[in-house]
Amino acid sequence: MTGLGALLLRDIRLALRLGGGGWIGVLFFLIIITLIPFAVGPDLALLRRLGPAFLWIGALLASLLTLDRLFAADHDDGSLDIILMAPAPLEIVIVIKALAHFLVNGLPLVVAAPVLGLLLNIEPPGMAAVTLTLMVGTPALTLIGLVGAALAVTLRRGGILVAVLILPLTIPVLIFGVTASNAAMSGPVPFGTPFTILCALSLASLAIGPFAAAAALRNRE
Amino acid sequence: MRIWASALQCRRGEREVFCDLSFTLDAGDALQITGRNGSGKSSLLRIVAGLLPAAGGTIGCEGGAEETPLAEQTHYVGHLDAIKPSLTVAENLGFWTRFLGGADSAITPALDTLGLGTLAELPAAYLSAGQRRRLSLARLLTVTRPLWLLDEPTTALDASGQARLAALMQAHRAQGGLIMAATHTPIGLEAPRQLRLGPPAEQAAIEATPEEHAP
Repeated sequence: MTGLGALLLRDIRLALRLGGGGWIGVLFFLIIITLIPFAVGPDLALLRRLGPAFLWIGALLASLLTLDRLFAADHDDGSLDIILMAPAPLEIVIVIKALAHFLVNGLPLVVAAPVLGLLLNIEPPGMAAVTLTLMVGTPALTLIGLVGAALAVTLRRGGILVAVLILPLTIPVLIFGVTASNAAMSGPVPFGTPFTILCALSLASLAIGPFAAAAALRNRE
Repeated sequence: MRIWASALQCRRGEREVFCDLSFTLDAGDALQITGRNGSGKSSLLRIVAGLLPAAGGTIGCEGGAEETPLAEQTHYVGHLDAIKPSLTVAENLGFWTRFLGGADSAITPALDTLGLGTLAELPAAYLSAGQRRRLSLARLLTVTRPLWLLDEPTTALDASGQARLAALMQAHRAQGGLIMAATHTPIGLEAPRQLRLGPPAEQAAIEATPEEHAP
């Protein structure tokens, strides 16, 4: 247990220190959402209608931005070899790395979302709904994304490939995340229905993602 | 603990690197693996470490912790140092020690033994190549594992570093540990067994110990 705690602490430290990229995701999210009102124009009704979709697309791209280095950094400096030889099961190690990625990259997006929602003219009830869906949905993005990160681990420029591999798989999360947010703002579907499916998608990716990523890492040669 | 390998075969891409390779190592033994570039020294170490699947043959161990897979009883020090530049020297070693199940109390003595004691709070980015190698080797001391796989361990080490490594290897063998080292130059092992990997066409020829031979 102390071993896994040490791994979590190390990954968080690495992300927050210079060059770790911990703040890159949330800064990218900020700039994307700031640009949107300039592109769409001062139509407040339109911004409010599209707001949740923009926030979700922004969060999706921002969490992908730091995902490709999740295993590649450990592969490049030889750490992955030693991690594979450790007593801790690789699947659990991957869950811990995903948790560290969520804490450093996903959670700041969730915290930033209500502030950025102001720029998109989303009202408080809708904003609470978007934040809640992001809270539940960003772990799914990390857990799906780490499969792509594990597959592309040996490639020098794997980042684009990770995005191309992963983005199609995130479509269900995107659909139900945005649908739930819109349901809370305007109906007619009750919020609970798409939100429950979003929760299910997160749990399913928790059940599948680490095993798929572990298989990819074990067969990387 | 005793380790044996029989009829090991290694294939990289379409090329057969070596085949029919057999050896045994008893407690306290050291195996020095030599051979020209591309003869499969590093591949052999990675196969024993479980990081590379063998194309054929088996590896087994007797004694030691029977239930534990060989990889978890093994230290592997490869060409890459597994050091994060943004963490300090002590944080780097502390992470590996805790992650691999060692004791925190062993960290400071290990750094002192390898001459890194005064650098403990320095970010690893500022270390020289030789200091990085020493830090990488410090893991061997903080976590007790019977088998050491060392791939060119003396690379970048100065004379005093090489002497320290030789002493550490001697102490490890005296406690019944095993060492497999791939090297081009003598690394200070006392009376090691020799395993010479030849080009695949000539088969892997094994010298020095009569009970080990390749057909």
